[in-house]
Amino acid sequence: MKLLVKLSHRSRPIIAEVVKDTGVLINVDRARSDAHEGEEALVDVPDEFCRLISEKMRGLGAEVSILEEGIRHDRDECVDCGSCISVCPKEVFSFNSEWELQVETKRCILCGRCVIACPHQALSNNEI
Amino acid sequence: MDKTIDEINRRIREGSARVVTADEMPAIVSELGEEGALKEVDVVTTGTFGAMCSSGAFLNFGHAEPPIKMERIWLNDVDAYGGLAAVDTYIGATNKSVTRAESYGGAHVIEDFIAGKAIELRAQSSGSDCYPRRNITTEIRLEDLNQAIMVNPRNAYQRYDGATNTSDDTLYTYMGTLLPHSGNVTFSGAGTLNPLCNDPALRLIGSGVPILLGGAPGMVVGEGTQHSSAGNFGTLMTTADMNDMSTDFLRAAYMYRYGPTLYMGVGVPLPVLDIEVVRRTAIRDEDIPVSIKDYGVPSRSRPLITQVSYADLKTGRIELNGEEVRTSSLSSYRKALQVARTLKQWIEEGQMTLCLPTRRLDPSKQVKPMRETRKVALVQEIMQRKVVTIKEDEEIPEAAKKLLKGETNHLPVLNEQGRLVGVVTTFDVAKAVAHPERKVRVKDVMTRNVITTRCDEPVDIAAQKLDHHRISALPVVDAQNQCIAILHASDLGKLFKPGGQGA
Repeated sequence: MKLLVKLSHRSRPIIAEVVKDTGVLINVDRARSDAHEGEEALVDVPDEFCRLISEKMRGLGAEVSILEEGIRHDRDECVDCGSCISVCPKEVFSFNSEWELQVETKRCILCGRCVIACPHQALSNNEI
Repeated sequence: MDKTIDEINRRIREGSARVVTADEMPAIVSELGEEGALKEVDVVTTGTFGAMCSSGAFLNFGHAEPPIKMERIWLNDVDAYGGLAAVDTYIGATNKSVTRAESYGGAHVIEDFIAGKAIELRAQSSGSDCYPRRNITTEIRLEDLNQAIMVNPRNAYQRYDGATNTSDDTLYTYMGTLLPHSGNVTFSGAGTLNPLCNDPALRLIGSGVPILLGGAPGMVVGEGTQHSSAGNFGTLMTTADMNDMSTDFLRAAYMYRYGPTLYMGVGVPLPVLDIEVVRRTAIRDEDIPVSIKDYGVPSRSRPLITQVSYADLKTGRIELNGEEVRTSSLSSYRKALQVARTLKQWIEEGQMTLCLPTRRLDPSKQVKPMRETRKVALVQEIMQRKVVTIKEDEEIPEAAKKLLKGETNHLPVLNEQGRLVGVVTTFDVAKAVAHPERKVRVKDVMTRNVITTRCDEPVDIAAQKLDHHRISALPVVDAQNQCIAILHASDLGKLFKPGGQGA
């Protein structure tokens, strides 16, 4: 499960603390620091620990939300060209046997490469 | 047992013609043999759906009151050609809107017309006795026009090179996003379904031949621009009425940092007249070679990296220099199939009969590069030959002195052998002064990944490097990586000085 974690600039090392306390290993997919909006991390946690990790992080002052849909795919705009396939580092996109684009949004880490690569503006994401 | 076109058309009219799509043909031929396939199949339909920049439409708006000879014309603020008669224009697919986001262009105007949307027409004129009006602004829809005839100068390329990028930077091209260090491969074209791949000798495809264009019944005008059939790069000029088109088979697109383009669906039905047609239409993805070119080299002749087939590319992975690289298409194979299947349906239902070319295309034609009479400006014409450099083991204050003395912001850094190993800027020196405890020598503060140029590189490419990397100087190196000069962004101004080129 992917979690979007928002931290303030002065926060403690929350991710490290949660790993230490719970013993659950967390993968940081992406992280961003912005002068105005603070720090934001996209982390991957095992599904069964999602609630535990979210609560712990919230307890330490972070805003946590579950990222249900990393990338939005507009079926009407898409022409199934496949321009998104080879630029995606997480292999979110593939064709089925009918050459129709399949999108596994759960694998998405919001890098945004596919959004730029799509000639038909059929892809959009929540910027991180 | 050869067949005539009349015989095939008779079967189409009777509803008894056997029509198959080009991707089905290889299996039919291997099952029935060539003679059997000739007997069994009457028509093979082809199809392709991809970016076809060289597309556009002639529009006639009808006369206004008082009448105007439109000399400058904008459709949704996209410039349309004003050099035609009073109320005619040609709207090209790749022109960008002057006011909207650069992702909106002529292709989008065309798609919006076909989707039934209202388009703002704005036009200006200098006025004449017969056409007194000076300007007009009005909203029009496709149904308001007298004619909207798509005429595409170059569609349905027989073959297309694939693209990869060996450079250190991501490139955004008409071949899509190309990741650095050959991180991916992109390609275009429908392979086995491609119209011209199924008729490479151009026996069946030529002027007057009926086609599907953008979902409308249209026809081949003749050879397309840049037609180069001798090297298997044939193209078609095509036409159809926009009123019959559908956005299922025509879509505006935008290639990031390149511009707008139009995705066209083009399909050509091929009458199966003889064994030769059977043999040609039995072509498979495995039989169609694709050269993968290096788009990291900004030149007309891009280096060949490897040669593969459509079958290889369609697996989603190919091997490049011992590494597996992912491949993906810019054109849509699903849509290409839809084109070929729709065409098949039209013929089965008797809506389209076939004909042979009224004028054949030249199968031996070869494209020429542009004749250039003025030489391209090279870096050596504007570079600064006097270049102040520094050794990597020098101390920071020495760099500061040299920067001041040389009146420059950039010092190329050389190693003991005199080779370029870095560059140090006034900014780097300032940072070093702020933290003197950690940064002692030039090599502690210099940038090691230096973007360079060569004296025989065209100035436009050097300018692109400056722009792309947001830097203001490029050390000029020779084959041994010795720094022989420096090119500052400000040197580019020399090209525009009256009296010619400097240095």
